[in-house]
Amino acid sequence: MTNYEIYIAIAVMTIVNIITRAFPFLFFRKNELPSYISFIEKFFPAIIMTILIVYSVKDVEFSLFPYGLKELGAIVFTAILHIILKNYLVSIFAGTIFYMFLVQYL
Amino acid sequence: MKYKKEIKKAFEVSIPVMMGYSVLGFAFGLLLVSFDYDWYLAPLMSIFIYAGALQFVAISFFNVKAGFVDIAIASFFVNIRQSFYGLSLLKRFKKTGKLKPYLIFGLTDETYALLTTIKDDEQLKKRWYYFFLTAFNQSYWFIGSTLGAIVGSNIKFDTAGLEFSLTALFVVLCIEQYKNLQNITPFIIGLIASLFSLIFIPSDKMLIVSIIIALIMMFTFRKKIEND
Repeated sequence: MTNYEIYIAIAVMTIVNIITRAFPFLFFRKNELPSYISFIEKFFPAIIMTILIVYSVKDVEFSLFPYGLKELGAIVFTAILHIILKNYLVSIFAGTIFYMFLVQYL
Repeated sequence: MKYKKEIKKAFEVSIPVMMGYSVLGFAFGLLLVSFDYDWYLAPLMSIFIYAGALQFVAISFFNVKAGFVDIAIASFFVNIRQSFYGLSLLKRFKKTGKLKPYLIFGLTDETYALLTTIKDDEQLKKRWYYFFLTAFNQSYWFIGSTLGAIVGSNIKFDTAGLEFSLTALFVVLCIEQYKNLQNITPFIIGLIASLFSLIFIPSDKMLIVSIIIALIMMFTFRKKIEND
């Protein structure tokens, strides 16, 4: 993107972000939600996080050696670390450094 | 100084977030300039957008030259979890007056967590305490991302693989979601929808198509998901 397009993209994201945060203050005066909305609320965050993991590795060439194994390895490494240590900063940083090591030295 | 007590208390409570935001913000700034974008976009985004996951995803939007409508829809769904935070804060925010718009704007995951878990101190003027807490948190994110972008554009080192910080962030968030839900079906739906799009859809449309497929699957299997 050019800088000009980036400014527009930032403006779009700013507006959408404010809408998502202001949503209940604008539309729900009480604590009640229509059932389909509370269904989305409860389960969609899990879905989007899974999608974003795959989306974030979309540029990897899975058909060429090593077939995305470095990415998969680093994802598993990060997950195990997080399950054991339960510290999100440690998991993210150790996972990233592990992956950078795989990419730069192997 | 006016509001001294509120500032002091807000600062103390915000210290854990200081660690998280300055480090993650730094990584965001570093990643942004590693794709040769101008450093000042980092502070610009941290002032106006101020949403961690979305700002990381934004870098991908820039890279694939995503369309603005696609960006709007994808951003909405990336941030949808935040749409519901406000519900439990409707009462608390009622008497916040002119500070209310900023409190709502600054309602990130972490700020929400602090506002809802920390007990209110009767001695404090609450709305100002909420305001300083929110502002402290945003300042950590702003400072971290700006420093990351400046350091990244001045010191050249091999950043190959740094983009994995985004993947790692989502892996961590995914595990946290699982702890809350104890239900594997939504993750399988997300995986199927995104793998399908990864294989068959061009990368600039991939996110939006994944979201649509996932929504369709979600409502198709609604009974199963809710009963698990």
